[in-house]
Amino acid sequence: MSSIGTGYDLSASQFSPDGRVFQVEYAAKAVENSGTVIGLRGKDGVVFAVEKLVTSKLYEPGANKRIFHTDEHVGMAVAGLISDARQIVETARSEASSYRSQYGAPVPLKYLNERVSMYMHAYTLYSAVRPYGCSVIMGTWSEYEGPQMFMLEPSGVSFSYFGCAVGKAKQAAKTEIEKLKLADMSVKNLVKEAARIIYLVHDELKDKQFELELSWVSKDTKGRHEMVPKEVASEAENQAKQALADIEDSDEGDM
Amino acid sequence: MAFMGDMMNPAPLWHNGPSPGAFYNFPGNSSSFGHTNHTAQDFKAHSANPITTTTTVIGLKFDKGCVIAGDTLGSYGSLARFRDCPRVLKVNDLTLLGSGGDYADYQYLKDIIEQKIIDEQCIGDGLHLKPRSLHCWLTRVLYNKRSKMDPLWNNYIVAGIQDGEPFLGTVDKLGTAYEDATIATGLGAYMATPLLRNALDKGPLDEESAKALVRKCMEVLFYRDARSFPRYQLGVVTAAGVTVEEPVELKHDWSLAHMIHMK
Repeated sequence: MSSIGTGYDLSASQFSPDGRVFQVEYAAKAVENSGTVIGLRGKDGVVFAVEKLVTSKLYEPGANKRIFHTDEHVGMAVAGLISDARQIVETARSEASSYRSQYGAPVPLKYLNERVSMYMHAYTLYSAVRPYGCSVIMGTWSEYEGPQMFMLEPSGVSFSYFGCAVGKAKQAAKTEIEKLKLADMSVKNLVKEAARIIYLVHDELKDKQFELELSWVSKDTKGRHEMVPKEVASEAENQAKQALADIEDSDEGDM
Repeated sequence: MAFMGDMMNPAPLWHNGPSPGAFYNFPGNSSSFGHTNHTAQDFKAHSANPITTTTTVIGLKFDKGCVIAGDTLGSYGSLARFRDCPRVLKVNDLTLLGSGGDYADYQYLKDIIEQKIIDEQCIGDGLHLKPRSLHCWLTRVLYNKRSKMDPLWNNYIVAGIQDGEPFLGTVDKLGTAYEDATIATGLGAYMATPLLRNALDKGPLDEESAKALVRKCMEVLFYRDARSFPRYQLGVVTAAGVTVEEPVELKHDWSLAHMIHMK
């Protein structure tokens, strides 16, 4: 790595001579090591799916969740260092709560995204702090604005997306997402696709155990962010496993 | 205790010189803001009386739940100022809150309670605020405010289901709290409580008879309470959930006041 030994990677407040901030790039690396997280924006809502890697058999099922509620109407899926991500979630929650108390209305995602991005960006400016080692995807649905989704990166940049992926297998996941006709799909179908993509991009050789987390916020949930109900989630998961098994069968047939 | 002098007006700590900390007169130094010899009498409380008020709120337990009712009038003194002040609040699926008294204070506390519910949903562990907990929390908030000589000028009724049993409790602006099968605040304490207790003494109520009884009380109160209004909200909580109905108009017939001769 060109950065090592040059001394330009010791602080987030100093550029390297070729105009990079290495601490921010390292933070992005931390995100790339995390389990894959995808967000899909359909016609009537947003779906999140997380490949949560289980690093020890001693954890209880459902421990270290990676999907959070930020407010009634906003959901957040996170990739990267979980402790960093939790702090971002807490910041977003207090922003949402403060907006509510001042304006008496739920915070618009566009505004919340701006505030949280500014907060993350502030941590790329000073030598006394390090950038956040996490990326977050925020999503909501409202009658007026329809579905909205943003992804924030450790550098503090954020964009609105139709579909996005972060973490280990983000490239493979993005390729799969690009095949979907997102704008025409309902969340009911997107949940199945999301589960399928997570199972597809999961690398069984490197990471053995994982839990699939699914959540949505849509017209059907009345604009409330909720974890996908057990029955729907397990149906999507079974279909995903089946789809994966079919692919493996046909691979063997080819040989 | 003459040796203590006047506690509210202590003598300057240090005569004939700059006050401690003010020597260099840094801008923003709190001891450099003007002269600091305010007396306790210079401070005046402006908020310790209600402005826009609502009247009675009624709560009644029945065999499988509770009913709460309150009219929608916001009075400005004796002026019937606002006609659409809803004050029966769904807190969550098993808890109802009703309020009487200062409407601004109710709105203030309502926002706080609603944020509490959102915070709890954000945690997402499936645990919910229970009626007994909300009731206890309200006693702490109201008692704390009255102890600062700045009470929230309200009567609250908390109704809900806890451990499968109906719960009905009240808290007033001083933090005084109790639970009962029938609760009516304000003028209702005098006019509705006897009706409610009489009915309850005759045996347990079911949902329909409880609702009918509360509607009857709202009617009686409308005839007698000069700060009342014919439109009211009724909320019901049972194990099946909370429903707060849209404001309904009560039927009233002043021909029964035949003893009153207008001249």
